[in-house]
Amino acid sequence: MIAFNKYYNHFNLLSSILIVISLLLLIFKGLNFGIDFKGGTLVELRASDSKINVSSLRDRFNQMDLGDVSVKKFGNDTDFLVKFENKDNKKNIIEEIKVNLDKSFGNNYDFRRVENVGPKVSAELLKSGVIAISLSLALMLIYIWIRFEWQFSLGAILALFHDVIVTLGVFSLFSFEINLSIIAAVLTIVGYSMNDTVVIFDRVRENLRKYSDIKIFELTNISINETLSRTIITSATTLLALLAIYFFGGEILKGFSLAMILGVVFGTYSSIYIANTVLVRLRVSQKTVLREDEKK
Amino acid sequence: MLYFSKLRILFITLFSVLFILIASSNLFKFDDIFFDKKINLGLDLQGGSYLLLEIDNEPVIEQKLQNLTTTIRNYFKEKNIKINNIKIENQNIFFNVTENDKQSVLDIFKDENSDLNPYYPRFKSHQLEIEDTGLNLKVNFSRQGLIKLKTSSQDQAIEIVRRRVDEVGTNEPNILKRGNNRILVELPGLDDPMRIKSLLGKTANLTFRFVTNDENDRFGVEKLKFENGLEEATVSKRIIISGENLLDAQPKMDTQANQTIVSFTLDRVGAKRFGKATSTGIGKQLAIVLDGKIISAPVVRDTIASGSGQISGGFTFQTATDLALLLRSGALPAPLEIIEERTVGPDLGQDSINAGMIALAIGFILVIIFMFVKYKIFGLITNVTLIVNLFILLGVLTLFEATLTLPGIAGIILTVGMAVDANVLIFERIKEELKDENNNILAFDGGYTKSRTAILDANITTLLAAIILFFMGSGPVKGFAVTLGVGIFTTLFSVYFIARLFTSIYVSRNKDKEKLI
Repeated sequence: MIAFNKYYNHFNLLSSILIVISLLLLIFKGLNFGIDFKGGTLVELRASDSKINVSSLRDRFNQMDLGDVSVKKFGNDTDFLVKFENKDNKKNIIEEIKVNLDKSFGNNYDFRRVENVGPKVSAELLKSGVIAISLSLALMLIYIWIRFEWQFSLGAILALFHDVIVTLGVFSLFSFEINLSIIAAVLTIVGYSMNDTVVIFDRVRENLRKYSDIKIFELTNISINETLSRTIITSATTLLALLAIYFFGGEILKGFSLAMILGVVFGTYSSIYIANTVLVRLRVSQKTVLREDEKK
Repeated sequence: MLYFSKLRILFITLFSVLFILIASSNLFKFDDIFFDKKINLGLDLQGGSYLLLEIDNEPVIEQKLQNLTTTIRNYFKEKNIKINNIKIENQNIFFNVTENDKQSVLDIFKDENSDLNPYYPRFKSHQLEIEDTGLNLKVNFSRQGLIKLKTSSQDQAIEIVRRRVDEVGTNEPNILKRGNNRILVELPGLDDPMRIKSLLGKTANLTFRFVTNDENDRFGVEKLKFENGLEEATVSKRIIISGENLLDAQPKMDTQANQTIVSFTLDRVGAKRFGKATSTGIGKQLAIVLDGKIISAPVVRDTIASGSGQISGGFTFQTATDLALLLRSGALPAPLEIIEERTVGPDLGQDSINAGMIALAIGFILVIIFMFVKYKIFGLITNVTLIVNLFILLGVLTLFEATLTLPGIAGIILTVGMAVDANVLIFERIKEELKDENNNILAFDGGYTKSRTAILDANITTLLAAIILFFMGSGPVKGFAVTLGVGIFTTLFSVYFIARLFTSIYVSRNKDKEKLI
């Protein structure tokens, strides 16, 4: 049996620091919103001429007065991703760009993807993204409240907040782009983290009913160990699937799978070191569970 | 938990085989007779264009208010009630009344059966709202009135959009209403939406009006620019004929002048008016105005009574074709703005499919190897279940003709990773049971029973997340929610029926073995 409970305090401290750092990052550095949430235009282009590179593209686009322009490689040496504000929301911007690029590069490039999100739509998408995440957290709270005692709900929700905030903190730190698929990833993380916590809590509650003489500090450790191989195997297979998406699923899914990988790692960690420690700190005992059982 | 009746075994087998067949129908073509359902590929996988259009209703409201001032003026004139100084400001109608008439004016507007202010019997709300601001009254559209106005202009606009898109001839376009002032256009397989975008961006309001020098024209005049943006002309506001009078319009080659023109045919009313105007207006310039710009302003040489004519204006064949198309399909009630566009080229779509399939295959193989190494014979059972699960998932998606997107494929891969969870929970529980239980059957039974609440909780939480994502997400992300959500159900089915069936067969054959798992 591994003595997870020996490090409860250490990891609580670490998590608190991580959350504080993440929050500071989110407040002061903010998130790198993609065009889905910020508005603007994105062009993915494939070049068949080595003359076309990041700097020559940047020069071309900068001459066109499109506001902030960012050009970067996308996956390999011939693919590029160009993003710009399109601050005047010009209508025929794509045609203008084509005409302009034709002048310098001839026909040696191809637009593989064009996305243009107006300011109204991006504001709506951001709003519905925030609502979706808040709604899912609220639903999880309600679900676990119905299924477990309040101490458990608090533990699970704290773990959930930790996972979401720290994942977003990492995205802020490295300026990874936040787009619609990241919102999908965050929601899935919420589901996964909850899933992981609930499995351990289920065992804690079962053990609380079974043993009256074991303190919660020991009992959580027993429960974690009993469910440990399941925790490891499930997160391993999930991570294997996600790594496959990350490395082979193409550039478009990179951000999504990265967020999910982070979420699974944090989710697994928080089930052990946040959710359970809340039970310990709230001095949950057999009485807590039996009292609820009587009510039902 | 481990007992299966023959009937149940038959049912499970049939069910699985059925879905495997349905899923495989995506790979083969059954000539649409036997089974013609297929998983649809999202625009991000097959390539195509997604356009979200917003109707700008301001001009419509302005126009309707303009008409209303006339109606109101005439209405009160008939009733012998004096109203003065009627005007429109900031989308409100203002007019003055005398102290004596004020109450009767207010009553007329608030009357449930008012002719001037309809809708009440139907919607329990008036079309117009009147605000009592002293002797100067303010009238504007009520909430209900605005909604009616917006939905009716949306209905008209979607019809015109459909006609224009159909004329261009893309395959299976998808044109839907969004809210009460937006239209969603999905154009699968369209690589370059430039032409459609420019067609949808035009209101196509066509009028024929005389060029005049008389500033005091009875109908008022306005200065309009030519298409080339350089010249200007003063044009009467009197409309001789408009786009509504057109029966047909076609691009033609004028061999004499060697230029492309658009020839048009007028309906009876239009032909009559056009004939009259051209007979009285010989020698005058007739301006052909499209969306506030003069295309050309030819001099009338003869009376044109045939009801057909032509528009020239330095067209290329393409611009003539597009103008003819716009005129045939009619004018939009209000300008449209493209507020969101997402276009994916077909080769990127194919690349995404390939990448997704490779990731799926690799993820699948990794998980299968992992499970086999970890659980040996039970890993094998899990793996077979996983494969059947994948087929059932694809089968369900086919049956509902769901749209598969790139995130949707990610959802399937993720399902593969998470689907083993239920089996792992069960097997781990059985292992624990076996520690103080020598009877294999009892231990397996206990493992299944005791792991049930955890499995249920775990899946419900993921399902909740998927449901929210389905309702809040848009486009490709919705596809992810669908596969994730459906995946949960197929996983539970395959774990509790298929995997359990295999487990029960294996356990009953080896019940005396020790350390079965």
